[in-house]
Amino acid sequence: MKWIKAILAVSLTLLVIYGLNRTYGVIPALGPFLSPYEGFWRSGADDGFESEELTLEGLQAPVQVRFDSLRVPHIFAQNDHDLYYAQGYLTAKDRLWQMEFMTHAAAGRLSEIIGERTLEMDRYQRRIGMVVSAKKSLARMQADPQSRAVMEAYTAGVNAYIAQLSPHEYPFEYKLLHYKPEPWTTLKIALLLKMLAYDMTGYSDDLRMTNNLRKYGPEITQDLFPDYPFHEEPIVPLGSKPDFTPLPIPPTPADFMAAAAAHTLERQKPENLGSNNWAVTGAKTANGYPLLASDPHLNLSLPSIWHVVQLHAPGINTYGVIIPGAPGVGIGFNERIAWGMTNVGADVLDWYQIQFKDNKQQQYWHDNQWKPVRRVVEKINVKGGQTILDTVLYTHHGPVAYLPHEKAFRAGSTPIGHALRWIAHDPQNELRTLILVNRAADYQQFRNALTTWAAPAFNFVYADSQNIAIVSNGQFPLKWPEQGKFLLDGSNPAHDWQGWIPMEQVPQVLNPERGFVSSANQTPVSPQDYPYYLGASFAGYERSARINQRLSAMTQATPDSFRLMQTDNYSFVPQNVLPTLLKLVNQDSLTGTQKKAYQLLVSWDYRFNPDKMAPSLFENWWQTLARAIWSDDFPPETYKAPARDRLVQMIQQVPRSRWYDDVNTPDKETLPMLVNATFKEVADSLGVGGEKWLWGNARDSYIRHMAQLPGFEHQLFTGGSANSINALNGSHGPSWRMVVQMGPQIQAWGVYPGGQSGNPASRFYDNLLNDWQTGKLHQLLFLKSAADRPSATSVTWTFKKN
Amino acid sequence: MLFLLILLFSVVVQFFLPWWSLALVCFAVAFWKARYGGQAFLAGFGAIGLAWLGMALFWHLVTDGLLSNRVAAMLTVNSPWILLVVTVVIGGVVGGLSALSGYLVRRLWV
Repeated sequence: MKWIKAILAVSLTLLVIYGLNRTYGVIPALGPFLSPYEGFWRSGADDGFESEELTLEGLQAPVQVRFDSLRVPHIFAQNDHDLYYAQGYLTAKDRLWQMEFMTHAAAGRLSEIIGERTLEMDRYQRRIGMVVSAKKSLARMQADPQSRAVMEAYTAGVNAYIAQLSPHEYPFEYKLLHYKPEPWTTLKIALLLKMLAYDMTGYSDDLRMTNNLRKYGPEITQDLFPDYPFHEEPIVPLGSKPDFTPLPIPPTPADFMAAAAAHTLERQKPENLGSNNWAVTGAKTANGYPLLASDPHLNLSLPSIWHVVQLHAPGINTYGVIIPGAPGVGIGFNERIAWGMTNVGADVLDWYQIQFKDNKQQQYWHDNQWKPVRRVVEKINVKGGQTILDTVLYTHHGPVAYLPHEKAFRAGSTPIGHALRWIAHDPQNELRTLILVNRAADYQQFRNALTTWAAPAFNFVYADSQNIAIVSNGQFPLKWPEQGKFLLDGSNPAHDWQGWIPMEQVPQVLNPERGFVSSANQTPVSPQDYPYYLGASFAGYERSARINQRLSAMTQATPDSFRLMQTDNYSFVPQNVLPTLLKLVNQDSLTGTQKKAYQLLVSWDYRFNPDKMAPSLFENWWQTLARAIWSDDFPPETYKAPARDRLVQMIQQVPRSRWYDDVNTPDKETLPMLVNATFKEVADSLGVGGEKWLWGNARDSYIRHMAQLPGFEHQLFTGGSANSINALNGSHGPSWRMVVQMGPQIQAWGVYPGGQSGNPASRFYDNLLNDWQTGKLHQLLFLKSAADRPSATSVTWTFKKN
Repeated sequence: MLFLLILLFSVVVQFFLPWWSLALVCFAVAFWKARYGGQAFLAGFGAIGLAWLGMALFWHLVTDGLLSNRVAAMLTVNSPWILLVVTVVIGGVVGGLSALSGYLVRRLWV
């Protein structure tokens, strides 16, 4: 009896401990997670942040780090090695979990830490060749001694931080998901750069566009999807003729129409993926020196996408933001120049229809012969022990991401797959660009630094104390017109990418007559002023039009003028289309509440302000109307609907178009019928209005935790719209607002939705969120030396070598 | 006495070792000092419960509940106080069970 009792008690105890020490799907391991001695309760302590001395293995000389009131580290090192080492260490201190999580996501390794629910995401990352191309890029970067040294020093710094962590100090998310950090590697830096390319260029509409072409033929497709939009304000001012001798353009091959295709994996390009940047010359500013602004728009999340840092060592003094896990400064300024980026949006991702010889898929047809398929087996480890093997087929174009048996449609009995040709597969040394830009002292050095930046292509805005410039810089394939607008023929060599646009011939403007440069992801240059084809679906012109309108009118500009511009909620979309729509509404047929809604729109100033109801009403109406017009002809699952800009043109110019009719009904719908019906529907749903219909609430914008943890999100109450300069749209918006005033004493301001710390228990996790929402900027403390303005910082860390 | 010894040793040990080390402390101290099964369980439950309550409350207050509020929302209990109770009960059960085990194993010899 004694024995039974003892054995029972001991087994039960062990069972309970075992049960509490493991995770169950999304449920954390409750024992270690809840234990206040090692679990989440203890993650909070960031008080008692004070000056100290740390001894670090691997440093070459002492390093001083001064933290300002926003807890931005200002690193003063005596050599480059120690500079990047310290940056790695300090970034890991703030953002270790985030950096590792992003690289796991890029490498298709999320299932290792989350489980089966992320398996398909991981499989997709493997299929598009992320790790393979990161490894190729890494080899390229390591071939350059300076880049290699920077990466290795940074990696050593991150690992020095990881090495001294004990489990109770692991960031919160490790405790939640019950795993521990692994050593940082230089490959992870390459993966982060690939992830950036993926976020900016990893989209295509080629499958859907091909379906359009098959359904409606070339003429209608050309009419609804023109290569150059109806309204445009290109980055390069109209009429600027190129001053170079262009390469010959490859000849356009005979028409090719791929088989109809659909795949749930096709990532459609969001219509308003974008960012703003601009600069004006000294002639337009109050202090006589150029001013520059940059606000990249990304999917907003916590921890913040950006980490802010000042890097100071012999030959370098730069300040700005960078994606945690990558060395250097991405967007920022130094003592001489300032720069910022927006996405170009050129077509650098194409799909090739691959015809396999047979179902074994060992050979494919190209250039009149069967060529071998290379097979790469990808191992995906899933939390809990399972390992999934996935074979990826490689052609000379790239990986076959969509396999025949996974396709919704089939053409005859030929096995067909789609191979991906993507700029991210071509290795280049983007890191070198950052290293050199951070140290550049004039335009020539800046321009030279850009020549190793391949992807993602960015519109790099530039200013120094005399010059302003913008360069739509990246590696662009040399294409025949419209190459890659639709699926390409993987068997015809004329469809292959045939070379590159020379880096010195990318669209660019230096000190234009109009006194300003700007970009908002629109078409970089009009086809009349440029010999090469870059793509056919750039962001709509509305944001750029508003930016240019304000910059043209601007005189005596101050940094505050730019701050106000960055939070401008005005949109050209309602300005262009609302008067026409309102005229079509039959006012006599409206009920009382509908009349009120009508009046709201009539008196609206086209500003998407958070405390107004009209923006909610318009946005809802416009989306509903667009769906009513297009969704019957272009069902969104398999077809791409024409762009917003094309719809505006049609509504303004073609009152009786075939597209207004709903082909699913026997009646013949007209534009006025749709306008009236959708207006009433939306006005009725609004009812008497109320708080929830104010634009700030109705838009339902959230900033979420990077791993989508419930309970960690903030609802945003703020203005702007996808086509306003303040381009907040859903969870996508200005991720860093920066204004830099050039001159002998460079001064800068900035804000981002979050904070320096990645610890959700820290005050510095989201301390800037409110200022960001209300459009405030903070002056950025740019120190000249370790001894500059000692009272400006109160906490100093000294790193000593061992 | 039993209660105080468990409290003291478990707090010290948990600062250095993983959370389950508390079970070893409870087992050993109960093996050594406990006189009844009920006493062992209650002492283990109470001491660990208190050790966890005190520490969790300390961090909750020091951090203004910034994280405990979020975790409570994430685990859909919506109040950090409920989270605190859950924490204490889980710690307490492990403490109680392991102390009881220590006592019962000891009984095999006496």
